[in-house]
Amino acid sequence: MGRRIAATFKRTAIHAAPTVLGIIILDFLLLQLMPGDAADVIAAESGTATAETMAALRERFGLDKSVFTQLVNFLGHLATFDLGFSPRYNMPVLDMIMTRLPSTLLLMVTALSLALLLGIVLGSIMAAWAGRWPDRVLSVVVLLFYSMPGFWVGLMAVVLFSVKLGWLPSDSNMTIGANYTGWAMIADRAAHLVLPALALASFFVAVYARLTRASMLEVQRQDFMRTAEAKGLHPFFIQLRHALRNALIPVTTVAGMHLGNLLGGAVVIETLFGWPGMGRLALEAVLARDFSVLLGVLLLSSFLVILANMVIDLLHAWLDPRIGTT
Amino acid sequence: MNPIPVPLLEVDRLTVAFPGHVAVREASFAIAPAETLALVGESGCGKSVTAFSVMRLLPPNARVASGRILFDGNDLMTASRPEMRRLRGRHISLIQQEPMTSLNPVLSIGVQIGEVLRRHERLSRRATRARVVELLDLVKIPDAHRRIDDYPHNLSGGMRQRVMIAMAVACHPKLLIADEPTTALDVTTQAQVLDLLGDLRRELAMAVLLITHDLGVVAQWADRIAVMYAGRIVERASIVPFFARPMHPYSHGLLGARVDVDAEEHYLTDRLTEIPGSVGSAAGETGCSFAPRCPMVQPSCRLAPPPLLELADGRAVACPITAAQTGAPHGAAVG
Ligand SMILES: Nc1ncnc2c1ncn2[C@@H]1O[C@H](COP(=O)(O)OP(=O)(O)O)[C@@H](O)[C@H]1O
Ligand code: SF4
Ligand SMILES: [Mg+2]
Repeated sequence: MGRRIAATFKRTAIHAAPTVLGIIILDFLLLQLMPGDAADVIAAESGTATAETMAALRERFGLDKSVFTQLVNFLGHLATFDLGFSPRYNMPVLDMIMTRLPSTLLLMVTALSLALLLGIVLGSIMAAWAGRWPDRVLSVVVLLFYSMPGFWVGLMAVVLFSVKLGWLPSDSNMTIGANYTGWAMIADRAAHLVLPALALASFFVAVYARLTRASMLEVQRQDFMRTAEAKGLHPFFIQLRHALRNALIPVTTVAGMHLGNLLGGAVVIETLFGWPGMGRLALEAVLARDFSVLLGVLLLSSFLVILANMVIDLLHAWLDPRIGTT
Repeated sequence: MNPIPVPLLEVDRLTVAFPGHVAVREASFAIAPAETLALVGESGCGKSVTAFSVMRLLPPNARVASGRILFDGNDLMTASRPEMRRLRGRHISLIQQEPMTSLNPVLSIGVQIGEVLRRHERLSRRATRARVVELLDLVKIPDAHRRIDDYPHNLSGGMRQRVMIAMAVACHPKLLIADEPTTALDVTTQAQVLDLLGDLRRELAMAVLLITHDLGVVAQWADRIAVMYAGRIVERASIVPFFARPMHPYSHGLLGARVDVDAEEHYLTDRLTEIPGSVGSAAGETGCSFAPRCPMVQPSCRLAPPPLLELADGRAVACPITAAQTGAPHGAAVG
């Protein structure tokens, strides 16, 4: 068991290294295609720029060098975990990202766990009552969440739960200036987390519920389900131990493929809910043409996705003993 | 002259239907304690459906249209679900046809065998593990201590079928239903697995419903035989008289020219002989379903499905033509 999972870990880690390098270079080159640079934006904001001051700015930020030199510089810095310096905010990019990273991680992990949990539970219920009314009602609900964009679900949730009912906050990740400690702080953070996490999860709940339903129904036809029944086991136990475990294998595969989308969705949701995460930082960086920050965010995001994929692969190896034995 | 004084299992005029298709028609047979009954017939004739009916594990689209199944004094058709769950795995077990798919790929074989022990004998985790190792030894899986944590994909087809056997005999059932336990295996493995089943059957004094289409196996193994054709049982007999003198024209066809009960090369030869025609041509039931392929067919055969006629010595045949040739019907029609 342990050896198998270690083998899986090694395999995914080896695959990850060239992927990361490819992503860095591609991101860097793509950003060069964008019109304008940080000097343009700063100059435009100050309103008094001359050609000389612009040139000075560019020289200071290294923007006057050739694309190739900039790339080599960037990679050189990266080798020492230096993500560069933000001309716009006047601070190291790594520091900026690190202050935002925990919020984004919290939002993503909560949303993904919620999506998996709700999706698997709903999907199992739908499969158990396939064709009867609980399945039909839930199918309609799931289809609704599948077809509504996350930001719209978020907006409607804000209107209902924050504006009309006043149950849950909808701005930032904590009550500013309240200075809670202990349980009060945790409760405050949790209350702020509910709406953005649900809005981000809604689409994925629908995806996982439909997938779980389909794979649970598929498993019912397998011979080993009859073997389990022939032992006199209780149907609930059979579903939990024999069916669900098999049905989860395709669900985790798809969950892994959706991680990038989840991060993309986080940009929108963070902006909508004023959530101080990396997604919003990315948006701000684009508007300011602050490519070093944007590059840092993209790099960290790809790290996140790769890391999460590794976790999914390990989960997969744990679920399916056929993986990693070769 | 009744060969079964107190049957362990009695299937009485069982009819099972799928939407638009009747898979088993009026099948009747009985098995005495510690006796082996072979159920023989070509693929698709309804053997597995009959077996699943006894366990009440039919596919969801199947329906028992009529009939009664008595097991050890219980009416299985009216038993509650919890009652059925107490019987399954403990008093009646099942070995399925396809060892590659009948084990759960994501659970270790130790867990899968242990499950049935924990369910019916309420053993502790440690005691279960010890018993599973014993069972793996019993079914002659080498190195049981190490193999117990293997997953099905680590094992060959023959080994998997041994695991299925260990699972089936774990609680010393009174009746073992073996649905073509060796069809999917290669010839050498077939012989080993069958020898193992034969030993266990004697040691544990189990009754066996052995489903097969290998007449060599039947000759060596079974006490009695029931021949099935297109969902009907067309002949029932004890082994020696059956091989000496098969009565139904379909049984004749099955036996081909020669089967020697004492032959040594049992399961290596003697597969079902090809009989001209196919079961499909017998779908629409107006008369005897074997009529389109029967060399002895008479005009009267196409009028009504022939009933299973009880003859002397516990034999029965569903063919009035051969029954009349070999002696007058001994009793009433039973199905
Ligand atoms: N799940 C099912 N749905 C519809 N028909 C089925 C199903 N299972 C079996 N049948 C039909 O029942 C008949 C008997 O099948 P079966 O008992 O599996 O045959 P065999 O004698 O080879 O074991 C076949 O004609 C088959 O088409
Ligand atoms: S009843 Fe007629 S057709 Fe059917 S098996 Fe007997 S002889 Fe053949
Ligand atoms: Mg079959």
